[in-house]
Amino acid sequence: MNLLPWTLYVSFAGALLALLAGTRSAAAARRVALGTALAGLAITLLAAREFVPGPELQTLVNVPWITELGVRYHLAVDGISLSLLVLTGLAATAGILFSWNNEERTGEFFAFYLSLIGGVYGVFMSADVFLLFVFYEIAIVPKYFLVAVWGSTNREYGAMKLVLYSFAGSALVLIGLLWAHAAGGATGYGLAELAEGARHIPAGSQIAIFALLFLGFAVLAGLFPFHTWAPTGHVAAPTGASMLLAGVVMKLGAYGCLRVAMPLFPGAFAVCQPVIAWLAIAGIVYAGFIALVQSDFKFVIGYSSVSHMGFVLLGLAAATPLALAGAVLQMVSHGIIAGLLFAVVGRMVYERTHTRELAALQAMPLHRLLPFAAGVFVLAGFASLGLPGFSGFPAELSILTGTWQAKPLWAVCAALGIVVAGAFTLRAIHVAFFGSTGATALLADAGHHDEAHAMAPISWPEKTGALLLLAATLWVGLKPDVLLDWIVPALQSPAFKAVINGGTP
Amino acid sequence: MNFAYAELLSALRPELSLVVGALLVLAVDLPKTKRSLERRTHIACGMGAAALLAALVSLLGVGNLGNIWGGVLVLDTLALVARGGVFGLGLLTLGITAGTTRLRNPAEFVAVILFAITGFALMAAAQQLLLAFLALELASLSLYVLAGFDKTRAESAEAGLKYFLFGGVSAAFMLFGFSLIYGLTGSIELPEIARQLALSGPSPLLLVALVLVLVGFGFKAAAAPFHLWAPDVYQGAPAPAAALIASASKLAGFTLFLRLLWPGLGGVAGGGNGMAGWITVVVWLALASLLLGNFVALAQSKVRRVLAYSAIAHAGALLLGVIAAGWAGVAPLLYYVMTYGVATVGAFGVIAAVERHQPCVNLADLAGLRTKSPLLAGCLMVFVLSLAGIPPLAGFVGKFLVFSSALQAGCMTGWLALLAILLSAVALYYYLQILKPALVLPAQPDTATRIPVHPVAAITLVFAAGLILLLGLWPSLLLGLF
Repeated sequence: MNLLPWTLYVSFAGALLALLAGTRSAAAARRVALGTALAGLAITLLAAREFVPGPELQTLVNVPWITELGVRYHLAVDGISLSLLVLTGLAATAGILFSWNNEERTGEFFAFYLSLIGGVYGVFMSADVFLLFVFYEIAIVPKYFLVAVWGSTNREYGAMKLVLYSFAGSALVLIGLLWAHAAGGATGYGLAELAEGARHIPAGSQIAIFALLFLGFAVLAGLFPFHTWAPTGHVAAPTGASMLLAGVVMKLGAYGCLRVAMPLFPGAFAVCQPVIAWLAIAGIVYAGFIALVQSDFKFVIGYSSVSHMGFVLLGLAAATPLALAGAVLQMVSHGIIAGLLFAVVGRMVYERTHTRELAALQAMPLHRLLPFAAGVFVLAGFASLGLPGFSGFPAELSILTGTWQAKPLWAVCAALGIVVAGAFTLRAIHVAFFGSTGATALLADAGHHDEAHAMAPISWPEKTGALLLLAATLWVGLKPDVLLDWIVPALQSPAFKAVINGGTP
Repeated sequence: MNFAYAELLSALRPELSLVVGALLVLAVDLPKTKRSLERRTHIACGMGAAALLAALVSLLGVGNLGNIWGGVLVLDTLALVARGGVFGLGLLTLGITAGTTRLRNPAEFVAVILFAITGFALMAAAQQLLLAFLALELASLSLYVLAGFDKTRAESAEAGLKYFLFGGVSAAFMLFGFSLIYGLTGSIELPEIARQLALSGPSPLLLVALVLVLVGFGFKAAAAPFHLWAPDVYQGAPAPAAALIASASKLAGFTLFLRLLWPGLGGVAGGGNGMAGWITVVVWLALASLLLGNFVALAQSKVRRVLAYSAIAHAGALLLGVIAAGWAGVAPLLYYVMTYGVATVGAFGVIAAVERHQPCVNLADLAGLRTKSPLLAGCLMVFVLSLAGIPPLAGFVGKFLVFSSALQAGCMTGWLALLAILLSAVALYYYLQILKPALVLPAQPDTATRIPVHPVAAITLVFAAGLILLLGLWPSLLLGLF
């Protein structure tokens, strides 16, 4: 357990090392990066083995940092953070495997990549809101460079939009945080201290501060109608970065809502619940329909991410124990599946066919040219649909059941989103991979004979990364209780009990 | 009155070493020799740095004396830290000067820098209107000269003249304000003025005096709507001169006005109780600076103009810190202005280093800096991100300190702090516009392929970047001084 803070230190040190190694050779930088990510993953897995689930945050480090402000360097985990830490380790490793062919400024790429990862680990472990905010902002700037330097399609626009949305969101969080601190008269920025102070704030101000905090974090979680950065950003990003953006960075937002906004102001949250729920439902359905009509393969996945993150937000809004557990499970599940989908589209398909236009892909018999990619995408698509056996199933089922307990109407409307998700996923699978079968495939085979030979075989890092993520989604799908055994006890803490009971502890 | 001149001399040892240093720098360069310009620059900068180091050491020796020389000067913690900061920023400025070869009379340049710093140091310690004005004028006149120092470029002359004209007018406003305050209270000493004002309370004439003083203050701080000189001066002045104007001058100016406004005129601050006072005026200045600085910076295409408008926006935040100092103490403001100064000197240092080898006017001129000099690109990233307030750099902590103290200060400043935080998202856009060419875009074909950095300048920049990171990670190093 006590090793967990080292995920942070290892990541930042790895970033520096990768930068130095990159001046020697790209291969050295890659090895450093992979070693760092594996070390992070190993640390989280070791910690997970020793973890004893319980309702309280288990402190890892707690020392004064800025005494003048009462800020403490306080790292702590419970089952929720631990699940997300393991996800971060997994996504980081897979993302590096899928960036293995990066030859341009490789050292810098992995330096930015690993500092982003370091920030993400930090957010998931912070028990002091100031510290959490610091890590949250550390994760912002690397995103700009990852997308602007190594991205594709309109990358400078996508990068700037992504960063400005995130930073505007974090500005709202900062306002909320400072306001909560000043109005509550808290002496420090610890979660418990702020929550104590928050109780003395008048109800009207509580709602305003809650709205600022929740909205600020939810921008990063892709809350409708502030989600538009996500598809453009994900599409413009290089594969490894889109896997991280969709896989873990969007979870930072949802985690911030769950860890900071809701427990600090349970009363205000109870008032805002319907608004959040309807926005989440709008996001689920709207993004689903938009994904249905995209002509760019990556945009389909980009909008599907927004739609699936809508379920997380819906789970938070419903705030029954089952829905909250489902929301955390969905964060993990979507982190894995989104990574997998982006990996297939961005790395396996795009870098071999050099097109993401569904119409162009339709003309190629990809299921024959890239059978491995097709197989992985079909499985990932099923997982994304929420078919039993994959991680999406227990997650979305718990969210919908939990939401039904709170408001059946919300569950019914959100279930419509599942149907739409089925439609756009199957369409993507069908058009992109099985667009030409039978006789047309033979014709296409003849026509694309040269290209069939030109396509490089799927390399070992891709296979390893894909199998790693597939194994993870199957494992979570078949044995969700492993994660739920961590998550459910964490929801028994007084802070979350207040959230579940609508403000009364 | 029987003034103890020995006491004064002993207390002003730092200033004394600066003046002696300046004269020595001039004397050494006086005889006609065959030394190259570069060598003369090095000698001058080295001697200047030695004088500043001597000043720093004697500053520690003098320590915290309280009122000296009948209360004309006060050497409290604020004065001590501000003077230390001014000397430190001066050292950084000399460090980046060592790398420039453009100046034809390096010894004079360094000597004038030392005189300006002497002025700054006295501004930080003055507790009497007359001395404050004299110190301010010593600093300002030196800065006018520095701004117009590069005789080979018309822009530099324009910068010098513009700065002089605006500065002269604003000094007249301030002096008129001082004279009214003297007329109302019968004293030029701040403690006495405070006592008299507490007895008499606010009057219409006093409000006029306050407004006049604040006009002068707004000019020094480059606060809107008195900012018009800043973009042109930043643009035209030699880079080290611009760095000094943007950093040490700000620190000294804000220290002086902190002392003038709170211990001196604190009784007529107004604000919280709805009374008219100087807080209202400062709030409006801050609002105008925040809005104008941040939005106009978006439209700039020249590196130094972006920095100039960002400086105006930062002046808005600093003005908030001045108001908040009445409630939360001076630490947030001093931390902000000092770390801002380090980042600005650093940014100008990078510009100066690039200018040695190729033009560095437009943002596009920075294109490919990453390949030309990884060191400069890395340092620029640290400085600019600190200006943008990104953790874990010092700019973030400064922003956080000032805004959280402004929230405690009252309703008006609270709202302004919230607005300032929102505007920081706008600011990130133009800061990234500086970093985009430097770190993302490839070099333009017809420019230098590599930019070697002068070792002294390189050490200075790395030191400044390290300082920004260090103060961001351990803000208590600086905050603990108060």
